[in-house]
Amino acid sequence: MKPTDIAAPDYFHKVVDCQWACPAHTPVPEYIRLIAQGRYSDAYMINWKSNVFPGILGRTCDRPCEPACRRGRVEETPVAICRLKRVAADFKDDIKQRLPHPVGKNGKRVAFVGGGPASLTVARDLAPLGYHCTVFDGDPEAGGMMRTQIPKFRLPNSVIDEETGYILGLGVEFKGGHRIESMKALLAEKYDAIFVGSGAPRGRELDIPGRKEAAGNIHIGIDWLSSVSFGHTDKIGKRVIVLGGGNTAMDCCRTARRLGGEDVKVIVRSGFEEMKASPWEKEDAIHEDIPILNFLVPIAFIHDNGKLTGITFQKVKAEYDAKGRRNLVPSGEPDQTFECDDVLVAVGQENAFPWIEPDCGIEFDKWHMPKVDPKTFVSTNPKVFFGGDAAFGPKNIIWAVAQGHDAALSIHKLLSGEDITERPLPEVHVSSQKMGIHEWSYDNDISIDKRFKVPHRDKVVALKDIRTEVELGYDVKLALGEAHRCLNCDVQTVFSTSLCIECDACADICPMDCITFTTNGEEDDLRHRLKAPSPHQDQDLYVSSDLKTGRVMVKDEDVCLHCGLCAERCPTGAWDMQKYFIEMTHAGSTCPTKSRSAA
Amino acid sequence: MTYIAKPKFHHPGLKKNELGYTHRDYEGKISTLCAGCGHDSITASIIEACYELSIEPHRVAKISGIGCSSKTPDYFLGNSHGFNSVHGRMPSVLTGANLANRDLIYLGVSGDGDSASIGFGQFAHSIRRGVNMTYIVENNGVYGLTKGQFSATADRGSKSKKGVTNTDNAIDLVAIALQLGATFVARSFSGDKTQLVPLIAAAIRHKGASFIDVISPCIAFNNHAGSTKSFDYVREHNDAVNRLDVLVGRDPIAVDYAPGTVQVVEQHDGSKIALRKIEADYDPHDRLGAQTFLARHAAKGQIVTGLLFVDPDAEDLHAHLNTVETPLNTLEADTLCPGSAVLDKINASLR
Repeated sequence: MKPTDIAAPDYFHKVVDCQWACPAHTPVPEYIRLIAQGRYSDAYMINWKSNVFPGILGRTCDRPCEPACRRGRVEETPVAICRLKRVAADFKDDIKQRLPHPVGKNGKRVAFVGGGPASLTVARDLAPLGYHCTVFDGDPEAGGMMRTQIPKFRLPNSVIDEETGYILGLGVEFKGGHRIESMKALLAEKYDAIFVGSGAPRGRELDIPGRKEAAGNIHIGIDWLSSVSFGHTDKIGKRVIVLGGGNTAMDCCRTARRLGGEDVKVIVRSGFEEMKASPWEKEDAIHEDIPILNFLVPIAFIHDNGKLTGITFQKVKAEYDAKGRRNLVPSGEPDQTFECDDVLVAVGQENAFPWIEPDCGIEFDKWHMPKVDPKTFVSTNPKVFFGGDAAFGPKNIIWAVAQGHDAALSIHKLLSGEDITERPLPEVHVSSQKMGIHEWSYDNDISIDKRFKVPHRDKVVALKDIRTEVELGYDVKLALGEAHRCLNCDVQTVFSTSLCIECDACADICPMDCITFTTNGEEDDLRHRLKAPSPHQDQDLYVSSDLKTGRVMVKDEDVCLHCGLCAERCPTGAWDMQKYFIEMTHAGSTCPTKSRSAA
Repeated sequence: MTYIAKPKFHHPGLKKNELGYTHRDYEGKISTLCAGCGHDSITASIIEACYELSIEPHRVAKISGIGCSSKTPDYFLGNSHGFNSVHGRMPSVLTGANLANRDLIYLGVSGDGDSASIGFGQFAHSIRRGVNMTYIVENNGVYGLTKGQFSATADRGSKSKKGVTNTDNAIDLVAIALQLGATFVARSFSGDKTQLVPLIAAAIRHKGASFIDVISPCIAFNNHAGSTKSFDYVREHNDAVNRLDVLVGRDPIAVDYAPGTVQVVEQHDGSKIALRKIEADYDPHDRLGAQTFLARHAAKGQIVTGLLFVDPDAEDLHAHLNTVETPLNTLEADTLCPGSAVLDKINASLR
């Protein structure tokens, strides 16, 4: 193998598994260390810069970081990264002084369709640069699906108010209750750029017999949740069936339990394991006495003269074809009917752009989605950008944020007269953490604690009021314990070939047998000759150039604890522990534009 | 010195031996020696050898004297018996322990100061008597604990860190061990685990006095230009006569060796050593030949390593003395005091 190029920004970034997996690339280990030090406001600001909604995401994020967390490969469970983010939000001081101060306007105007996470992220990035941002939303308040679809017992209004408030406070103009009905009309208002962050607002229908007749008791999940959210709906029948296996279904069933549903079930087509809902959301639903029944396909709504009485299901089983694709085929058992008073349909969401006229210069593909560049987020109309669910279909808040940052950069470049396809590289800092002979500026003593549970409110109390938050969040002590579980993967092991005398001290001390000195070879061959098995091919091998004896140093990054013992036992300083910090490129001061570098 | 304990986590895919232990289970406390010390590599090799042989840790007695080397038993086999004895007295304590209980595996760990100076006589007599043990000298040619004076194994003409030339002749412990009748004699290098680990494993399986001299560079005081025990010097002058694989309870040799290049030595316990020859005419069964080979190469400044001599049919001290097989601590009173009739018989035989 060729010697590893550690100067490439991606190499060490990949080692920080959580940050690499996060769409917004939040510097997770950095903020967890700050939490351990009690510097909650600093931890919050790192998050705020990167993911814009730390308090909201700390309660609702889909956590792509946690399955990636190295700790999950070392022991059973990853670090509770998401809930530590909430800790930063819960315990911070007043951070208003740290927010960007509105500056003089630059005379350019940007319109936003929809006031959800994608639009607000773009506005957050652009407003401090002097852009006049106008956000239109059909709802009276900002937040989009974060406010309308996520139940209050998971995400209280106060948190949404606070974090949307920080953005609107930057001088962003919010026009609530003002739904954009025509793109043509909006274009006619001569904005310099338009960002569409209107989400995926339409719940998918379930067109089976009885749907029309029993319509009075059949509700589309996201519409119903939003109606509950605004207080228009405050009760439901005693027996409720929720159809669908995603996170919306989980929100529906738990909401139903709080509005009078006593016998609430979730019924899914697939197997329990393959459900789209996050495992912890399924757990929370089951904890609230909601059974989840699987391998049942709804075939008809049963009604008595228009009054819904139940649903009939066909029993299916999973079969896999030669390519490993799953098919649900009838199991041959008799159909099953479940009685119910109300049904909530949460079988998916769709985009809908009836308000974009065909002659706006915005082209759509065969799935009726706008043609959007996945890097710059520009549509076929060079002034119109898309982001979040509106761009590529339903995903999670953190994706909307990540796309928002990229779209903001595009808009800033466009309106600065630059080529939007030129994306500036991120800024990377790497610095030694050595403080003394065997002292580091980070805590390298590895905690063996298991994941700490987040305390929940007593179920009886929690089920009484739909606005009572179920999760209480970590207290300071639990947060400290959980923070210590972080392996500081951003503190990198950096090897200097010229200093190595091949004494083997690092290979001997490494608790995880990561380091091997051997003759070089092709990657597949090398992976078989390491001191310990190397099952994760997606984890890189760090290979040195040739050493004096003709061998090379090979480090499997897979389960490195970043404990620094290799560096402590190295007599020549050939190993050093260096903190890697990457600043993702956002619109604005971190963006080294051509005009800036010329000045 | 490292202040944190070595993390308890280990690689999830670590292999287990027949006893269900990983090599991590054979570790001791974290080393307090200087970073990069050759002794730590020898520690790692002992751990690896014991793991590979599936040795039950509680069946091992590790005994040492004084010095950097003699601290190392604290860093391996944390669940074994240990005795850190007086300076140079490891061989006597080991001999006594061995006589009292022959059932344990005896690992004597010493250094060049401990064995070639203050304990030279002790070393000689334990070898001469054929005590069943593995005697490892971690040889760095320098008194590291007292900041770098030449030890008795430092080569004549080699230079100290301060630039002083050694004018005394060196003691070659391997040559002495051969001359005194050790039945397993080897030399190796701390920086060459592929050679050292099987040597330790074979020595542990050997019944009789096994002696291994391991050149172990002292990072702090003897790893400079002019030293003959530095990493660079040993790597440049290492003349390995053979490489070996230890085979326990398996077919003797895998077929991938070229014919005539492998010699199989079967030891007392049925374990086999497959020796891959590097020096074609080197015969590890020829004590006299080994001595001359060693002397000839030493004169050329070469450091001969590998399994230099082995007598697979060796006897040990217990056989010489015809001692009772049962460990003394499990002998019952009626065996120890067989009664006046037996005493009368003994007395009668002496009249």
